[in-house]
Amino acid sequence: MSVSAPSLLRYLLRLGDLSLVLGQRLGEWVGHAPVLEEDLGLANIALDLIGQARLLLAYAGEIEGRGRSEDDLAFLREHVEYLNPMLAEQPNGDFGETIVRQVLIDAFQLELYERLMSSSDQRLAAIAAKAVKETRYHLRYSASWLVRLGDGTAESRARAQTALERLWPYTLELCQEDELDREMTEHGIAPRLAEVRAAWSKRIEEILAEATLDRPCDRPYSWFGKRGEHSEHLGYMLAEMQYLQRAYPGARW
Amino acid sequence: MDPAIDTKREWPLFEIFIRARGGLDHKHVGSLHATDARMAIEHARDLYTRREEGVSIWAVRSVDIVASDPAEAESLFEPARDKIYRHPTFYQIPDEVKTL
Repeated sequence: MSVSAPSLLRYLLRLGDLSLVLGQRLGEWVGHAPVLEEDLGLANIALDLIGQARLLLAYAGEIEGRGRSEDDLAFLREHVEYLNPMLAEQPNGDFGETIVRQVLIDAFQLELYERLMSSSDQRLAAIAAKAVKETRYHLRYSASWLVRLGDGTAESRARAQTALERLWPYTLELCQEDELDREMTEHGIAPRLAEVRAAWSKRIEEILAEATLDRPCDRPYSWFGKRGEHSEHLGYMLAEMQYLQRAYPGARW
Repeated sequence: MDPAIDTKREWPLFEIFIRARGGLDHKHVGSLHATDARMAIEHARDLYTRREEGVSIWAVRSVDIVASDPAEAESLFEPARDKIYRHPTFYQIPDEVKTL
C-alpha cells in the first residue's frame, strides 16, 4: 500500500518549510552583515535554501492536487500551517547566534538529505541529491565560523556559548519522531529519525570539540513546530515575508 | 586616507585566481578580505564562482606578492621593444594548426 497523499504532503511541508524559514531568516542579514564578504556568503546560503524550498513546495502542491503553486504555499499559508521545526524561526540575534543556529540545522539537513537520497519516493530522492551538495557547503561554512568564534577571543567564545545554550533546547525537536515520521519510515520514504539523531549528535560533538564549546544538557520541551505550534517569532517573520503577496495578490516581477 | 578606518583591524587581503575549466591557467579575478586561508577560499567561492565561473580557486595573501616597480618600467621592459626576432613570426604555420 502506498503512502496517503495528505501524509506525504505534510512531510514535504516539514522539509520545505524548514528550508524556507531558515532561508528567509538568513536573508534578513543582507545589507547588515559584519563585512561585505559575509553579506554575500549568507545570501548565497539563503538562496540555496529557498531553492530547496521551491522544489519541495512545488512537489507538495502537486501531491495536494488543489492547484496550489509553490508561491501559494509559501506566501498564503497562515503560521499555524507552517510545519518547520521551531529552531528555524528563531531570530538571528548576533552573528554568532546566527552561526550556531546554522550549524545545528546544517548538520541535521546534511544527515537527513544523505539518507533521503535513497528514499522510495524518486522525486524526493532527486531533490535530496541536489540539496545534499549545497548543504555540505553550508556546514563547511557555518562549522568553520563556529570554530573561529568558539576558539577565538574570550568575548566571541562567551557569545557563542550563550547562543548555544539558548538554541540547544530547540534541537531536540529536529529528530523527535512522531506518527507522521514513523509512517514515512514504514513506506521507505524517510530514514528513521533515531538514526539521523545519532549521526547528527556525533557530527555536532566533533564541531563543538574543535570550537572548544560545551555541549548543553538535553531538557524536556513542550512545543512542536512540526505540528504547526510555533513561537511568536514566526508570525512577525511571515508578516514581512508575505506582505507583498497579501497586499498585492498575484503581483509578479 | 580616512583616519576613521583602522587598517590594523581590517582582515588581511587575499588575491584570488580562478581556473575557468580544466586545462586553462588560473587567472586573477580580484581580491577580498578574510581572516584565514580557509575563509579566503569560501569567500572566493561565494564572490567569484556564483555563476559557474570556475572549477578551481587559488588564494594568495596580497602581502606575499612581490611586484615590479612601475618607476622601473622603462629599464625593465623597453629594451625588449626593438628585438622583434624574439617573436617566432618568421615561420610558415601549417593550415591544420588552429591555435598557436
